[in-house]
Amino acid sequence: MHEMHEMIQEEAPAASAVPRKRGRAIVVTSGKGGVGKTTTTANVGAALGASGASVVLVDADVGLRNLDIVLGLEARVRHHVLDVLEGKVTLDDALVTDKRVPTLRLLAAAQTREKDDVDTIAFRDLISSLRDRFDYVLIDCPAGIEKGFVNAIVGADEAIVVCTPEVSAVRDADRVVGLLGDNRTIKLIINRLRPALVRKGKMLSVDDVNGILRLPLLGVIAEAPDVIVSTNRGEPVALDDASPVGAAYRQIAQRISGTLTGPPEIPRERTFFEKLFGSAK
Amino acid sequence: MLQFIQRFFGKPPSSATAKERLRLVLLSDHLSLAPDVVEALKHDLIEVISRYVDVDVPNCDVTFEQREKEVAMLANIPILGMHPRPVPPPPPAPPPPPSRGPDLPLLDPTKTGASVAVAERPPAVEPPPAPKPAKPKASGPANGHRPTRRKRRKGMSTNTAAPATS
Ligand SMILES: Nc1ncnc2c1ncn2[C@@H]1O[C@H](COP(=O)(O)OP(=O)(O)OP(=O)(O)O)[C@@H](O)[C@H]1O
Ligand SMILES: [Mg+2]
Repeated sequence: MHEMHEMIQEEAPAASAVPRKRGRAIVVTSGKGGVGKTTTTANVGAALGASGASVVLVDADVGLRNLDIVLGLEARVRHHVLDVLEGKVTLDDALVTDKRVPTLRLLAAAQTREKDDVDTIAFRDLISSLRDRFDYVLIDCPAGIEKGFVNAIVGADEAIVVCTPEVSAVRDADRVVGLLGDNRTIKLIINRLRPALVRKGKMLSVDDVNGILRLPLLGVIAEAPDVIVSTNRGEPVALDDASPVGAAYRQIAQRISGTLTGPPEIPRERTFFEKLFGSAK
Repeated sequence: MLQFIQRFFGKPPSSATAKERLRLVLLSDHLSLAPDVVEALKHDLIEVISRYVDVDVPNCDVTFEQREKEVAMLANIPILGMHPRPVPPPPPAPPPPPSRGPDLPLLDPTKTGASVAVAERPPAVEPPPAPKPAKPKASGPANGHRPTRRKRRKGMSTNTAAPATS
């Protein structure tokens, strides 16, 4: 491991803020597909970066690359993580700098390859070398619990489990928590909550979900058109000062960095006036 | 609780149904993902029953079944015969079994692998030859690296065919 590690270091002279640190590697995972891992990775990463930390987002969803799209960086991606692992380009060649947040970088996944093409040990060492250069290494995990999952978690000592208030998502989250093991700090984000449905007894509540998962809660994100609109535009909603969901992502970032403590806010229903004057995006 | 809601309000809110389904499915998942726990349970179960009767150990089978409203443990424990006389249980002593004559089978012969006829065999006899192949166990995780569960599990009651919790 150490040799690989040194190798990557030699090839990639430090480009980002401060070289030689020991950043935190956090994998964003869920088991079930489509619950918001990529959205979470992009927004939490953008919020952490906007607060001044150096952040690299690693798309580990090889074959189904999405993170570049959510960040609006798809036109800037020239190389991907497998190019780096296979020694075709240096890490610096492959890192894409965000348009709005100068301390935020993306390492894209290979779109035309398969998850099995990624060597687990090499990936772990890559994450380790990224930790030497960035405050935060956020890894966007693919759905499922196969090799792509194993690769995504191997270098991370912290995990964010994303779960929606649905039976299948909670079940998969529970499974993933078991697979993450006891040696990782695991925290929960509940995504796509609809407060009005919870009130009517038509959706599992935050307490229902976390009564089962029993994880420290980082935050709760409402089902929100803002998220879809910002994804359309390729501008993370976390950078939108006017958006309540954006604020929720910024609070999650603060909770991760430790500048905010106490229980997270649970999204509430919008009042009549808020609905009336809600921004049309 | 669900039944209570049902009685008074008709159909329960779908979130309550979701919660209940989740509880059952997770209980079932955790049992199938903890083969070591199930093995230990099976071992202890057989040990206790063996204090009273002769058990056909290789053919014992303990499985869990998810049903509509509960998770049930199904134990199939074939009995070869009675002990010659009630064996005093080891300390710390649970109440000793009621002493009965050997002609009174402890268990309903229609419900157990044991029968009065089998019970009449001399106790030292070997189990019948060619035992059924052991049923496949509830399969563990494909990648097998899930450790035993964390502390947060609710207790599970494992009464045969009884609801796991309520
Ligand atoms: N809070 C939200 N409100 C509204 N839409 C959302 C929210 N979170 C995610 N979505 C939408 O749900 C879809 C799936 O989200 P995303 O791609 O982040 O999930 P994922 O877990 O990464 O999926 P996959 O498993 O395929 O990688 C996207 O179209 C996204 O815009
Ligand atoms: Mg994704």
